[in-house]
Amino acid sequence: MRHIISLLMENEAGALSRVAGLFSARGYNIESLTVAPTEDPTLSRMTLVTRGSDAVIEQITKQLNKLIDVVKLVDLSEGKHIERELMLIKVRAEKTYRDEVKRLADIFRGNIIDVTDTSFIIEMTGDCDKLDAFIKAIHPDMVVEVVRSGALGIARGDKGLNL
Amino acid sequence: MELNGAEIVVQCLRDEGVEYVFGYPGGAVLHIYDALFQQQEVHHILVRHEQAATHAADGYARATGKPGVALVTSGPGATNAVTGIATAYMDSIPMVVLTGQVATPFIGSDAFQEVDTVGITRPCVKHNFLIKDVRDIAETIKKAFYIATSGRPGPVVVDIPKDVTDPAIRIPYEYPKKVEMRSYNPVTKGHSGQIKKAMELILKAERPVFYTGGGVVTGDASKPLIDLVRETGFPITSTLMGLGAFPASDKQFLGMLGMHGTYEANMAMHETDVLIAVGSRFDDRVTGKIALFCPNATIIHIDIDPSSISKNVRVDVPIVGPVKQVLRDMAKLAQEHKADINTTAIKHWWERIEKWRAVDCLRYDRSAEVIKPQYAVEMLHKVTKGDAYITSDVGQHQMFAAQFYPFEKPRRWINSGGLGTMGFGLPSAMGVKFAYPKADVAVVTGEGSIQMCIQELATCKQYELPLKIVLLNNGYLGMVRQWQEFFYSGRYSHSYVDSLPDFVKLAESFGHVGMHVTRPGDLEAAYEEAFAMKDRLVFMDIKIDPEENVYPMIEAGKGHHEMYMSPQLSAERELA
Ligand SMILES: Cc1ncc(C[n+]2csc(CCOP(=O)(O)OP(=O)(O)O)c2C)c(N)n1
Ligand SMILES: [Mg+2]
Repeated sequence: MRHIISLLMENEAGALSRVAGLFSARGYNIESLTVAPTEDPTLSRMTLVTRGSDAVIEQITKQLNKLIDVVKLVDLSEGKHIERELMLIKVRAEKTYRDEVKRLADIFRGNIIDVTDTSFIIEMTGDCDKLDAFIKAIHPDMVVEVVRSGALGIARGDKGLNL
Repeated sequence: MELNGAEIVVQCLRDEGVEYVFGYPGGAVLHIYDALFQQQEVHHILVRHEQAATHAADGYARATGKPGVALVTSGPGATNAVTGIATAYMDSIPMVVLTGQVATPFIGSDAFQEVDTVGITRPCVKHNFLIKDVRDIAETIKKAFYIATSGRPGPVVVDIPKDVTDPAIRIPYEYPKKVEMRSYNPVTKGHSGQIKKAMELILKAERPVFYTGGGVVTGDASKPLIDLVRETGFPITSTLMGLGAFPASDKQFLGMLGMHGTYEANMAMHETDVLIAVGSRFDDRVTGKIALFCPNATIIHIDIDPSSISKNVRVDVPIVGPVKQVLRDMAKLAQEHKADINTTAIKHWWERIEKWRAVDCLRYDRSAEVIKPQYAVEMLHKVTKGDAYITSDVGQHQMFAAQFYPFEKPRRWINSGGLGTMGFGLPSAMGVKFAYPKADVAVVTGEGSIQMCIQELATCKQYELPLKIVLLNNGYLGMVRQWQEFFYSGRYSHSYVDSLPDFVKLAESFGHVGMHVTRPGDLEAAYEEAFAMKDRLVFMDIKIDPEENVYPMIEAGKGHHEMYMSPQLSAERELA
């Protein structure tokens, strides 16, 4: 099963490599990982997408919790949550294809943020499936470059992941 | 009080109550060595290889329960220390390792003797730190000791760049009284509801067994364990790491379990209906094939580390907490509900166990011509009256020591169980001897293992450490040879150690006493003589049967009931 896990960590040098190292050392699968400081500069927040059986996910959360720098952890998949990922995609957009790409971008509520005679850069957010679907909708020959942020996640409702 | 960084490092150790630092100097730690030189409280012990510094600190920690401390320089000093750090990590030993680092402006420039120590040690430490500012030293060292000794203990590395200990920079010093870390709060109490649930299972159990591990020793929980086990009347078996936590001479003790465990212990594991795992981690050398592990058991697991629970084997009633407190609570409950224990079933259970025990699985061929390793250990036990600290290396000799030296007390049996580090025995014994100068400390070793840290004989001379080295010399990397005999049709690929030194002369050249022992009849007297030399290190080169094997054995990937016995025993059972 796919799980999305949120972590609050001490904003220390090396905190990220502790998490990454844990995953490689124990052979856990890591689909995406994003990290950035929070409103509290001493904390950074990480969102991690992984896959595994219940037993593996249980070990992953326990091992993460065991890291000294990890302050708090929540497996968002256990409750209602929202997931968003940002994608920047550069597509070939020439002549007849220009309109079609624009239309597609509109349907997926993407913004065109850079234009040349032959290309667009489209900015798009959504859950991972939506971004996948957009890439699929564009002819593979037309895709020049894709960059994705990895998923961010937040639990629904009024409770926050705070200290 | 104004101090420079190097003085702060040393002062922190003093304030932490550190008696001994095992170390080796070099460029990046010269300021710290200079500060060490100018004080008397912290004793620095100069080893001959950084691996030995970490093993000695580790041995000290295992014997005392206090954190061991090592100090090494940057680059090769740190990399040499890694084996000892990993060894301590695998066995959850509290240790603080201070490593020198190149000065902060040089970090990342491939400077002379620079390695990424924090990076290299990350997977084998409980935590590590790189100090970048002299003002952070005291708090970081305080945290290091706190982390190393609390919760599930483990080694902590503190990497200290040279400029951070600059003698020219002086700042006010104060050692923090305590630390609080919002990200680190080890459990201090086991859940009472879970304890109750466990107790209900225990009271209903018909074929229970306690399976206890190193966590009982590190958690100082021997006393409540004994109380609980005696209160219930249940059988108990221990892992290699837990030996001594429960007295081996007690009727309720079934001996060690696992790959080279006893028949009665492994059979009891196979047949048990309620398994009570305490401070043990279901290591593969213990469980054998997981699918065949305790097929009929409901499993209770007490451990301080939540990630140990259900890691390898699914557990039914987990209790996360300090084993000492949990066992204490359970012993109390057991006492209150003693009348509810299913004594009839337990009596039947013991009858079955006694049948397994009667097989006498550790029996071996006594010989008048050649010294059997088992006999060598039994004699060692006899002469030391079972009261020595025994360290060991890794191989057959280690298993023979575990099987034939019944330990009555915790912290007496000191060996590298998790990592299985050859070379551990001699340096760890140095750490033990510093902690307990009056106690008998013996190193049970092999001719392969002892050569991995043999240089420490010099350290033993410098500090006059009268260890007794019991070399069970079979001329083979015996454990490797045994596997090759069993699983590779006797193709002894590189398991024969050619060109052995004359160990007696070698010991003498270091200033110690050496002894050759070749005949079984001479052994007891030789031990008596060696242990009578209270102030000398005696190196006993004991020629043993070169082809003796360790039995019983469960092949890797087999179940507890699929043990095989020594050929002699198997033949007898066939006849019977
Ligand atoms: C550092 C290290 N290298 C290799 C091994 C693999 N190994 C395990 S036991 C053993 C043989 C040990 O030989 P010896 O010390 O003579 O002990 P014996 O088995 O003969 O009693 C070896 C090579 C190890 N455990 N540690
Ligand atoms: Mg040998």
